[in-house]
Amino acid sequence: MIRVYVSSVIDAAADTVWSRVRDFNALPLWHPGIADSRIENHEPPDRVGCIRHFHTREGGMIRERLLALSDYDYTCVYEILESPMGVAHYVATLKLTPITDGGRTFAEWSAEFECAEGRERELTELIGNGVFQAGFDALKRHFARR
Amino acid sequence: MLQRVVRSTVIDAPIERVWAVIRDFNSHDQWHAVVDESRIERGERSDQVGCVRNFALKDGNHIREQLLTLDDHEHRSTYCIVEATVPLQRYVATVTLKPVTDGNRTFWHWESTFATPPGMEQELREMVATGVYEAGFENLRRYLREGGDLRHGGREGGGPRAPGAARAGLPRALPVASRRVVVKHYGGPEQLVAEDADCPAPGPGEVRIRQRAIGVNFIDIYQRRGWIPSLLAEGGTPGMEAAGSVLDCGEGVHGFLEGDRVAYLGPVPGSYCHVRNVPADWLVHLPPAVEDETAAALLLKGLTADYLVHDLAQLPHRNPGTRVLVHAAAGGVGLLVCAWARKLGATVIGTVSSDAKARLAREHGCQHVIVLGDGYRFADAVQRLGGADVLIDGLGDAARDENLAALARRGHWVSLGNATGALAQVDTSALLAKSITFSRPVVFDYVATRAELERRTARLWAALADGTLRVPPIERHTLAGAAEAHARLERRATSGAVVLLA
Repeated sequence: MIRVYVSSVIDAAADTVWSRVRDFNALPLWHPGIADSRIENHEPPDRVGCIRHFHTREGGMIRERLLALSDYDYTCVYEILESPMGVAHYVATLKLTPITDGGRTFAEWSAEFECAEGRERELTELIGNGVFQAGFDALKRHFARR
Repeated sequence: MLQRVVRSTVIDAPIERVWAVIRDFNSHDQWHAVVDESRIERGERSDQVGCVRNFALKDGNHIREQLLTLDDHEHRSTYCIVEATVPLQRYVATVTLKPVTDGNRTFWHWESTFATPPGMEQELREMVATGVYEAGFENLRRYLREGGDLRHGGREGGGPRAPGAARAGLPRALPVASRRVVVKHYGGPEQLVAEDADCPAPGPGEVRIRQRAIGVNFIDIYQRRGWIPSLLAEGGTPGMEAAGSVLDCGEGVHGFLEGDRVAYLGPVPGSYCHVRNVPADWLVHLPPAVEDETAAALLLKGLTADYLVHDLAQLPHRNPGTRVLVHAAAGGVGLLVCAWARKLGATVIGTVSSDAKARLAREHGCQHVIVLGDGYRFADAVQRLGGADVLIDGLGDAARDENLAALARRGHWVSLGNATGALAQVDTSALLAKSITFSRPVVFDYVATRAELERRTARLWAALADGTLRVPPIERHTLAGAAEAHARLERRATSGAVVLLA
């Protein structure tokens, strides 16, 4: 099992950051790597169990199922059902925690998955930097401009 | 109704540095301005779950708190108040650190729940939130900025303290009674004599260790004989390695706490004793699965085996079936090299001095064992197997010509020791005859940096854990019996590793 963990500090209150990321269908609005997104079967995007179907800017199609959503813990857990990355049993968690000192947000994004031997480093880099950190960087830029 | 207080911040330091301070349950008087004095009751360790710390606060209050959880994996510490002169009831607090990977900083979360007498809820919530937690954030930030943790990693540093962190010097910074073994005059084993000697307080950068097991190596014998006078003068204490636990730390030491289980090897002799100060740079923490005796038996010899098989024999990158010839194959280093080289794909040939040792070497992975008589004849037998691509030579002078004859073309001769006498000059034209390379390594050059020491040690414990290496037979002697241990090692009466128990 490979584990990727990325964390950052975003200069906005956790409530505010959460309102931007809690919508399971909103990746294209805030993540620069995502081109489009829809929820399959016209389900609401905050229904636990719903599936988002989206494309990366490189054209890869990914389907992910929402496994847990907590407005109390500011936590969203999802799994990959289908993707071109070559990962198996991929479960990711995006979690926000308020930093009382300065009204900022501690953001954590982690994933566990399995992959073919020898691809661990490449996928850790792609997911940790290309997806998670890129998303945090976009959030930091967005909230710095306010 | 239970009150709940949560405060969190980001500290601009790596999590390892912040955690090193926070995990010490007895550190608050060094960095938190509200705490005047802190001590752990009943002489227990400050990282012992269940221990109780006794705070005297600047405002005159007293608090006793018990450590309930210490989690080095999640960087979490949970504790509760067992008795206090402030009316905090059923108070349970948790400190959690998390790494901010974006910038290598630390997220610090501090929360608690407690009850109060009626009407005091808000006042006490405020006191805990700002007076303890937020003030603590600021105090620790300043403590780290001023390098307080670097100066006072140990409890006994006598230097200047961070503001607001006064603490009376502890009596432990005194010399501790010890016994040590000295080489009275260069010569035989009978020159090893035990005597009383105090071990002084650790100096800057040093850690004082209560040693429990001391590894005996052939280099100790060379020192006793006076072969390496630059390393050990007459009257000096031999010994390059030991395992035990931390008594206390000098100024500038961080990463080690009183009671930590540690082991070391170092290029300066002196380990044949009960209590010793060594530079913190030499020390490694011992995993719970590795006992003191095992560490003393394995550290120097295992790290030697590590660089021999990985760096000098270049396993497993050489062709499978590389023939490795190991002299003293049933010795402390020999057994480890046999097992490790075999695991990495080599064909292992060993020489030993008895049938019993031959059996032991075979059990540890040596495929072809040659029992040597007094003449040290083995070259023909080795050549029948194709010659030695790598030769691990602990024999020295008496086997010189046989070694040259046993080596294969482009073979590598590693001169590791001189059990039969110092190797006289090697004729380079003899090397030229078969393009032989020659090296004369010493383990300390292969663990000269902290990173390398830790990398090799981790590889050693991993090899032990996964069964690649087995703990060799350990022959135990008391510290006072060091002479007997040397005598048996010299007359090749031992197999496996020899350890002195302190």
